[in-house]
Amino acid sequence: MRYLPLTDADRREMLAAIGVGSVDDLFRDVPAAAHLDGPIEGLPLAKSEMEVERIVGALASKNLPAGSVPCFLGAGAYRHHIPAAVDHLIQRGEFLTSYTPYQPEVSQGTLQYLFEFQTQVALITGMEVANASMYDGATACAEAVLMANRLTRRKKAILSGGLHPHYRDSTALLGRFIGFDLVRPDPDPQGGEDLVSLIDEETSCVVVQNPSVFGQIRDLTPLAEACHAKGALLIVAISEVVSLGLLTPPGEMGADIVVAEGQSIGNALGFGGPYVGLFATRQKFVRQMPGRLCGQTVDADGRRGFVLTLSTREQHIRREKATSNICTNSGLCALAFSIHMSLLGEEGFRRLAELNHANAVLLADKLASVPGVEVANDSFFNEFTVRLSKPAAEVVDRLASADRERRVLAGVPVTRLYKNRPELAGLMLVAATETNTEEDMDALVEALREELR
Amino acid sequence: MSNVKYTQDHEWVRIDGDVGTIGITEYAQEQLGDVVFVELPEVGKAVTKGGEAAVVESVKAASEVFAPIDGEVVEVNDALAGEPGLVNSDPTGQGWFFKVRVKDASQLDALMDEAAYKSFVEGLH
Amino acid sequence: MSGAMNREGRPTRPVEASEAGRAVTATVTGNRGLTVEEPLIFEQDNPGAVGVDLPEPPHVRCRLGAVRPRGRIGLPSLSEPQVVRHYTRLSTRNMGIDTTMYPLGSCTMKHNPRLNEKMARLPGFADLHPMQPMDTVQGALELIDQLAHWLKALTGMPAVAMTPAAGAHGELCGMMAIRSALEDRNDPRRRVLVPESAHGTNPATAAALGYTVDSIPADARGRVDLEAFKAKLGPDVAAIMLTNPNTCGLFESDIVAIAEAVHEVGAFFYCDGANFNAIVGRVRPGDLGIDAMHINLHKTFSTPHGGGGPGAGPVVLSEALAPFAPVPAVVHGPDGRLRLVEHAEGDFAKSFGRMKGFHGQMGMFVRALTYILSHGADGLRQASSDAVLNANYLLARLKDVMTPSFDGPCMHEALFDDRFLKDTGVSTLDFAKAMIDEGFHPMTMYFPLVVHGAMLFEPTESESKETLDAFADTMRALVERAKSGDAGYFQGAPYHTPRRRLDETGAARNPVLRWQPDMPAREAAE
Repeated sequence: MRYLPLTDADRREMLAAIGVGSVDDLFRDVPAAAHLDGPIEGLPLAKSEMEVERIVGALASKNLPAGSVPCFLGAGAYRHHIPAAVDHLIQRGEFLTSYTPYQPEVSQGTLQYLFEFQTQVALITGMEVANASMYDGATACAEAVLMANRLTRRKKAILSGGLHPHYRDSTALLGRFIGFDLVRPDPDPQGGEDLVSLIDEETSCVVVQNPSVFGQIRDLTPLAEACHAKGALLIVAISEVVSLGLLTPPGEMGADIVVAEGQSIGNALGFGGPYVGLFATRQKFVRQMPGRLCGQTVDADGRRGFVLTLSTREQHIRREKATSNICTNSGLCALAFSIHMSLLGEEGFRRLAELNHANAVLLADKLASVPGVEVANDSFFNEFTVRLSKPAAEVVDRLASADRERRVLAGVPVTRLYKNRPELAGLMLVAATETNTEEDMDALVEALREELR
Repeated sequence: MSNVKYTQDHEWVRIDGDVGTIGITEYAQEQLGDVVFVELPEVGKAVTKGGEAAVVESVKAASEVFAPIDGEVVEVNDALAGEPGLVNSDPTGQGWFFKVRVKDASQLDALMDEAAYKSFVEGLH
Repeated sequence: MSGAMNREGRPTRPVEASEAGRAVTATVTGNRGLTVEEPLIFEQDNPGAVGVDLPEPPHVRCRLGAVRPRGRIGLPSLSEPQVVRHYTRLSTRNMGIDTTMYPLGSCTMKHNPRLNEKMARLPGFADLHPMQPMDTVQGALELIDQLAHWLKALTGMPAVAMTPAAGAHGELCGMMAIRSALEDRNDPRRRVLVPESAHGTNPATAAALGYTVDSIPADARGRVDLEAFKAKLGPDVAAIMLTNPNTCGLFESDIVAIAEAVHEVGAFFYCDGANFNAIVGRVRPGDLGIDAMHINLHKTFSTPHGGGGPGAGPVVLSEALAPFAPVPAVVHGPDGRLRLVEHAEGDFAKSFGRMKGFHGQMGMFVRALTYILSHGADGLRQASSDAVLNANYLLARLKDVMTPSFDGPCMHEALFDDRFLKDTGVSTLDFAKAMIDEGFHPMTMYFPLVVHGAMLFEPTESESKETLDAFADTMRALVERAKSGDAGYFQGAPYHTPRRRLDETGAARNPVLRWQPDMPAREAAE
């Protein structure tokens, strides 16, 4: 087998050197009843590279790649164009196959890109400091609430009705098991919820998404002030990080912690993972921040270098008292993000955001002209909510299974995100990115016009 | 130095009137390595004998510092925020952690004096 | 000054490095041939340059609402060639499995097959949106289902939760399922038992969930002390969290008795599957009596470590725990089609909820299944055999000059401690740094905590006998050098790496976690 270098001759020599007759002797501590004497039955045996490619390739071809038809899906994952250089660079063996940089002398590649990544995340969010990434936006959000609870020594978090339900549910899970309370206003498609009146002296934080899951954008400055007046923290979640190329960043609106899903930059849709969570905060809170941190230092020759630092917050040292049980960051996905950001630069990132917004405006205007379609948002970045005259889930399914020419991935039905909310049945989230052409948009318009006649 | 007592967890307490100054010993700082951060209790907090009162962090380890006696924290060593290395360079002097108002002076009797602590440390190897 | 040169310009005698020699070999740039000093991306800002070509946006009315477009962000501008060169140069400053043996204990640094990467990048996987209508992603759901089937069959367990994003996340999942099961039968308990040799994530997870962590001592043979363990058991114990083989690289020989004792008091057996590579294909943990086990796909199943992530940590579960598994999950519909259950309803009404966004680390699933199909049941068994053989071979070649912590054979990793370095002035850390100069990544250091100056070596099945021999010969030579009194050499190592030892104390006392425009470039001192 091509992955196993040992030959039978090697194995014999090695067993002799060890002083046992067979490998089975090395498993002498395994209870006899549990020690299988042959390959597990009912499972296939080894296959050649060609065969495996055929099998896995067949599974791949049973799926409809999003880019093969006009695609307007968002809801927390976005289809963007990733420059070709990104994927090549992350496959450099020294990036792909290295471990966590615990021996910094031979990990300066990883450590330097983490330092650059942390800087990029701090810059785009308008915050002072960022960590070396989390699993995804939803778990970053949950960890942010834990951090706010520690900092304020309070146990009640208010989660906006515009927060992505995956972020809300991941946070609620920790609330249930770790023990803190949640105030959860209803889903807020219109964007009119009043969070300020819910804040009191027991509130540790308010978590709000901007743009909201329904696409609404708001100025969070008054909310930040209201939080701080009561000693609470403002946590801002962002599920489409490209929006930071255009919108006032949360740091400039008074946010204390910013969490985001970084997938849009550098990382393919990948059917949901692996993605990359961004986490940024104020310098004064840095010792309460979860996740890995890379810091600058000098070596024995006085040259600048980088190391993982403030490790004593982490589980492998604090054990029971760790700030969280997190071990891994999202390494390679963070690298992909960082490389893409480097290629974009100041002008490219802004232009990417402008393109996304402009395409979304174009699309919204076209859709507004279709009978049976109503655009619900006053404001949006690259994603907005439409209200259809028929249940959105059925419309989406029919359009996705139409014949080749008319097939469209129209949007995400809001009922897929929320359980038992029939009042939301007509709503659909529609996203437009730089990858959508005007032909794509016209195809969606025509399809909906047909559907809703 | 006769007013200094020691615990088996390598804390020392120096009594002056009804105030006890508490820190960690030379042996402790050596075991820890370079101290990078000290988390001190809040002034006014009540500490109990054997209860966690502070945390001292080195690069690779974080250790609890336990209160040798009951008391109320009256002062903490703010200098440690900017210079945690004082714990290494002067653990029994400028590297002190916090001061408490002593509740029950008889608790000191259960602690080791300097000679007893010295032989305790020798016995650890 | 240098040795005599022949007509082709090659030295005829080896050149002695002298002060003058070093001065002559100093370079203008500080670069040394292929080892290049590479500034931060922010220090290479070239305003006006760009690494992407994007079209002009159409002119439209701005609909951003109350928020104004932002001002300058401060990102550097570079062209594509500059960016490619920057990251390529950075990569050359890393060790990886692709460059050298990486015997990190409990990390399973095995070869990362490139077929995995090719399959993960097929558009039929890479270009799928997680919220596409389920009829358009049947192949993806089938892949997840197939991988789930393999994981259940390899572990002998009836159910598996696929969503956790990493091993530690999997631990959280397993322990949440256990706590849910106990709450469901109105029997909340307070304590979790964890061996002192456990990885820090185990007690961290238990404590995070509100349990008191009680430590179980090891016996002289490095395994859980069965009697001491039984003495700690009681009706208030929710679970034991055990790694098997354990972090000392040893199979817990009393594991069946441990499982029985745990079940007798109505508690659950959580198994940390980090060391599954020792037994995959040969032993099914389900046969040993576990109730839940996370599997690190980036360890046993070859998905790349990527410099720290991403990982994936699916958790196999017993019948009793299965109802509480998180959503989403892939299920077979009545019409034979696969679908995702995304809410806690129907068969999943008792699910403890959602752990993260969307439904799992699909990219790692593709890689892991590709690896599994390549090996098959027989190949996986051979892989674990070779892993154990390699570790024992290293043990055999080193045990006379280094100090193995326990007698007898090991499993897939061999544990030594620093007794052999006593009175040399060389610590485990110093020894590891000298290994770096020899071109090897060091073993895991100072873990597990149960021995002094621990050195945990896990070669994996991916190393050839030749590499193991070269490694062992090098280790033997280093031991000799340490014992010969050359402590200064070790304490100053490494010498030949892009950076020498770094000041971690300074980094922690004065954390500088990002670049700032006013920071001096290159040699930045405290």
